[in-house]
Amino acid sequence: MSLLSVENLHVTFSTPRGPVHAVDGVSFGVGAGEVLGIVGESGSGKSVTLRAIPKLLHANATVSGTVRWRGEDLHAMDDARLRAVRGGQVAVVFQEPMSALNPVLPIGVQIDEVLTAHTQFDAAARRKRGIELLGLVGIASAATRLGQFPHEFSGGMRQRAMIAIALAAAPALLLADEPTTALDVTIQDQILKLLLRLVGELGMALVLVTHDLGVVAETCDRVAVMYAGRLCETGTVHDVFLRPHHAYTHALLRSMPGEGAARSMLVPIPGQPPRIDAPVPGCAFAPRCTFTEARCATTRPALVAMADGHESACYAAARLGSEIAA
Amino acid sequence: MSRGAWLISRLLQIVPTFLLIGLAVFVLARLLPGNAVMAMLGDRGTDEAVERMSHALGLDQSIFVQLVGFLEGVMSGRLGDSLAFRIPVTRLIGERLPVTMMLTGMATLFALLAAVPLAFVAALNANRWPDLVIRGIFQVGLSSPIFYVGLVLLTVFAAWLRWFPVGGYGDTLWERVYHLFLPAMTLGLSFAAIVMRNLRASILGVIHAEYVDFARAKGLRARVILTRHVMRNALIATVTLVGLQIGSLLGGAVITETVFAVPGVGRLMVDSIFARDYPVIQALTLVLAVFVSLAFLVTDIVQMWLDPRVGR
Repeated sequence: MSLLSVENLHVTFSTPRGPVHAVDGVSFGVGAGEVLGIVGESGSGKSVTLRAIPKLLHANATVSGTVRWRGEDLHAMDDARLRAVRGGQVAVVFQEPMSALNPVLPIGVQIDEVLTAHTQFDAAARRKRGIELLGLVGIASAATRLGQFPHEFSGGMRQRAMIAIALAAAPALLLADEPTTALDVTIQDQILKLLLRLVGELGMALVLVTHDLGVVAETCDRVAVMYAGRLCETGTVHDVFLRPHHAYTHALLRSMPGEGAARSMLVPIPGQPPRIDAPVPGCAFAPRCTFTEARCATTRPALVAMADGHESACYAAARLGSEIAA
Repeated sequence: MSRGAWLISRLLQIVPTFLLIGLAVFVLARLLPGNAVMAMLGDRGTDEAVERMSHALGLDQSIFVQLVGFLEGVMSGRLGDSLAFRIPVTRLIGERLPVTMMLTGMATLFALLAAVPLAFVAALNANRWPDLVIRGIFQVGLSSPIFYVGLVLLTVFAAWLRWFPVGGYGDTLWERVYHLFLPAMTLGLSFAAIVMRNLRASILGVIHAEYVDFARAKGLRARVILTRHVMRNALIATVTLVGLQIGSLLGGAVITETVFAVPGVGRLMVDSIFARDYPVIQALTLVLAVFVSLAFLVTDIVQMWLDPRVGR
């Protein structure tokens, strides 16, 4: 049984200009110890999907669908049970540590409150665990650092500190929302390696939301590709990257510089993502797709299994394969 | 710069501030139209008499010598005698100042006790009925002039219901609290309205901050999120406002003390202005300005304590 399963998740934001369908029927699962990448461009609904899992969206969001944590409906839990899961079993890391860390509290306090909420440790044990956590994420002179404030940390250190906070109660799943996007490239690499090491050492599962296909290729076991609030394709990174079964994934990979293709031209995707304030009847990618057929514009393709563990929602799936081979 | 150094430099700023206040009060007194000696002598102001009195008061010396003399007097606590009461100004103000301090203190306390919880209720129910009711009531409070609010409270609670006295002060602490209750309510109302509106806006700004979402993601209790993460950050902006409002509060005290016949420095100021009692006006301006700058100092220290980013 998978650790986390998301079934038919819908998120609609009510805005002054009407409803926006940010997530439109997304389903996926995450197994214990597995690393899943959710990839998509800005506005594809990947971050909203991630935040919807532990019910972090605000009152302007209407969420439907089922989110199961170890088989238990997470969105139907009472407040106390939800609090125990949040932070205790499912932890979150955000994109921008400067805004996700409370500016007026020392890092030590921000770690300590997680331990107070989820463990029976006394003050001395919590402090010891705090030092241990900062050491785990590679922050030197941890005992001094515990008393310091976020503005006294560098960008990369702040992200490490946020990861330490998330890991405090030894969660079984870490949800990371673009954890490296706000950092410069060398630090990005360090943070990704750190996350991978922690996943390996702690046997934790990881859902990594990113717009960076390179990050997915480097770090993930499986990938879910999102476009305009919908799930296009899921499968192992190997399968999806080598034999994409969705026209969007296919186009995305062709628009990206790859290995051994120094002289080949990159193929951009023409057009813009669709507006998501009105329901899109057919496939959301159809207007930009080079493989369209008549039904693409009218009937929404369902997510179907293409091969073992490889699912795609594309009528042209079969034709794409021959295209790549040619 | 360490926080200690910041604190010391902030404390040292008090010295030039006080000097400037003294200078301003000195210059203002000399900018007043007319001549103090002529005003005192009136019809008896022959050239000879004016010269004699100017010499006696030291007003025939150069302005610089007068300034040094004035500042010396201020530092050694000699502020002259009241022309109307014929007693030292320091004694006069010494008797009245505690009354005004207590009035503004109670007004601040009432205002914060009402504004802080209600700002939370309003912000957490933003644009729903509790918010609209609270904002509506405070809007009325904010738009009503102090003398009017004072008269309404007097009519209802003192004249009709007879719960509180119509004015005056008392001898014991309890009597004083009882007498100052309505004046403090009057004075605190618009202050409460300003603090409530400001704090409500700060809370709404903070409540959707990423670190509040992160706090929710940690599985913390709503109470912990609200006090530790929302309130502390929202209060930072409001503390500055409270400090800045102390000046207006003292201005309001002048009117409130007049309406409720409270024997504080506010009423003394009004009486002195009507009596052209220059030494008292000058000394009061000085004392109140010093008081306001001390209030700013306290504000800065509280802010430093709330916000670790201050002074680094």
